[in-house]
Amino acid sequence: MKVGLFIPCYINQLFPQVAIATLELLEKLNIDVYYPNEQTCCGQPLGNSGYEEDSKGACRLFVENFKEYDYIVGPSGSCIYHVKKHFDILEQTSEVIKVRNNAFELCEFIVKILGKTDIGASFPYKVGLHKSCHGLRGLHLGSCSETMDSHYSTEEDLLNNVKGLELMSLTRKDECCGFGGTFSVFEEAISVKMGKDRIQDHLDNGVEVITGADHSCLMHLEGLLNRNEEPLKVMHIAEILNSTI
Amino acid sequence: MSHSKKAAIFNKDEAKVNWHDKALWYVREKRDNAAHGVKGWEYLRDTASKIKGNVLSNLDNYLIEFEANAIKNNIKVHWASNAEEHNKIVHKILEEHNAKNVVKSKSMLTEECHLNPFLEAKGIEVVDTDLGEYIVQIAEETPSHIVLPAIHKTKEEVDELFQEHLGTNPSNGNPEYLTNEARKHLLNKFIEADGAITGVNFAIAETGGIVVCTNEGNADMGAHLAPVHIACMGIEKIIPKEADLGVFLRLLARSATGQPITTYSSHFNKPAEGTEIHIVIVDNGRTEQLSREDFRSSLHCIRCGACMNTCPIYRRSGGHSYDATIPGPIGSILSPGKDLKKHSSLPFASTLCGSCSNVCPVKINIHEQLYKWRQIIVKEESQPVVKKSILKITGKVLGNRTLYNLVGKSARFMLKYAPRFMVYSKLNTWGKARELPEVKNENFDTWYKINRKNNG
Repeated sequence: MKVGLFIPCYINQLFPQVAIATLELLEKLNIDVYYPNEQTCCGQPLGNSGYEEDSKGACRLFVENFKEYDYIVGPSGSCIYHVKKHFDILEQTSEVIKVRNNAFELCEFIVKILGKTDIGASFPYKVGLHKSCHGLRGLHLGSCSETMDSHYSTEEDLLNNVKGLELMSLTRKDECCGFGGTFSVFEEAISVKMGKDRIQDHLDNGVEVITGADHSCLMHLEGLLNRNEEPLKVMHIAEILNSTI
Repeated sequence: MSHSKKAAIFNKDEAKVNWHDKALWYVREKRDNAAHGVKGWEYLRDTASKIKGNVLSNLDNYLIEFEANAIKNNIKVHWASNAEEHNKIVHKILEEHNAKNVVKSKSMLTEECHLNPFLEAKGIEVVDTDLGEYIVQIAEETPSHIVLPAIHKTKEEVDELFQEHLGTNPSNGNPEYLTNEARKHLLNKFIEADGAITGVNFAIAETGGIVVCTNEGNADMGAHLAPVHIACMGIEKIIPKEADLGVFLRLLARSATGQPITTYSSHFNKPAEGTEIHIVIVDNGRTEQLSREDFRSSLHCIRCGACMNTCPIYRRSGGHSYDATIPGPIGSILSPGKDLKKHSSLPFASTLCGSCSNVCPVKINIHEQLYKWRQIIVKEESQPVVKKSILKITGKVLGNRTLYNLVGKSARFMLKYAPRFMVYSKLNTWGKARELPEVKNENFDTWYKINRKNNG
């Protein structure tokens, strides 16, 4: 099994620790993992802003970089969702179809493809899980509070097996954090208010570390936490699963 | 004014935002509980969606079938291609009956057509008899929600409004007292009324009858007391069979307010002796929306308002920030079809979280349609120069690895070394309330080159 590591642009530039944790985690799981070094971005910031047409270059480059791999794995549900959902703007060649079918969010890859939920991590803290909307409602990483299906959660399956970790229950289990890509800037007031409300929910429920499978949500929440000097940290789920504290 | 600007104004009063958010979240939770009580809820949604799909694919035939059956029952049927025609038809009927005092139960269609000001200008008094609608009417506002029209008002605000308009005593926002006072006032209006207008929730093709759902019984009170009942409906309100109500009535009230069923689900099949029923069937842009394949299913909507209650943006920006007859997620996919320029900010008033599509009882893929409208708006409406240039350049950068390296490097350098007053300037909207990420010494590309030499 040959896996191509997809590191979203903002993680590459701003959160290398998340990329490193993802890589180390996959290596621990004995995966033959490669990092195609000509990759840039999935094109989502453009598509979500209405500039899908201008994202075609980025999408083509993505396919070019990842077409040879059996699986494409990335630590961001949102970007993976974009590849799966919105690469319909490209001509559907066999390469494009292959890339779309084989792109997986990290947690989903570990649980669904590798069939593992316990990877020997330990992390003795009270953790709140932020279920990012694109991972949850787009990739169906878990059941949603709106639908009447029975409960499941890919991220919870993994976190519940981390030694010492206490997964805290939230009042609103899967409300959006308000990041939303360029929404965070063009609808600044609402975006900030949504983020503040999410953080309050974690604070009210005794959370020490907010985690999630999408670092863009966490970046937004971290920005608010740091500005308001709240006693909370954010960590990507890969960092928690990779830790042996 | 764009949605974001209006939303920012609404957000100046954070306590009010919190109250608004909690009030609507409470309704969302009631909806969840009610839906959990129905075995096969998802199957019901699926069935409802398919029935609506069938209706839209055969709309012409169903409408003709409905008209023929309604006429057989002595109902008079009128067709209006737009709001103006609708208003003129309603006025003509009222004029023929010499009706001057009209009671109206809740109807989003008559809001859409701006019927009230039209009739008022002709010397006809129109009183909205749904309590929430009555509140916004005397406040000279528009509904901010399609099921809870006055949800933007606290009970204390209603108290003050009633003191001013109904001469009530200060009650510290006592809901029982205020409701009772409104009821007393409205009862007189019902008794004096010489015409009644209602909306239509469902129009049944096989029977030619209509169903109107209310909690207050105000539609029935109006329609039964007045000599003429005018029911106004959009062409998409058709359902094929009476039996289909078993699907829709179970979904509607649970989705809307978490009730198992509305207090009144009133069936109007033929006029009582000595009275008349008129049905006005209105297009007003609906066939145009029907012709847009990507947006056709927006016409499935049964106006339950669940997408508003669940929407984290709606709850924190208030219905008036949408500046449209139908606010919230569903309004944001319907309104651009009517006036793209005016409503071009609405599809962007969303994080595309998808919660709206999940609660929708007729399974409209609302968030996917928001995404699609964005693509159209960027092409057809002029965009702010800065936003457009940034995104166009971003497209070029992300499609070219050399440019990407260069931009990544410079941006990281700026963030790391530029002085705080420069980074957190007025141009940095992100930084108004949030810190920017702390920049590390190297990006992942560099780390990888150093630490995984033999790979890649």
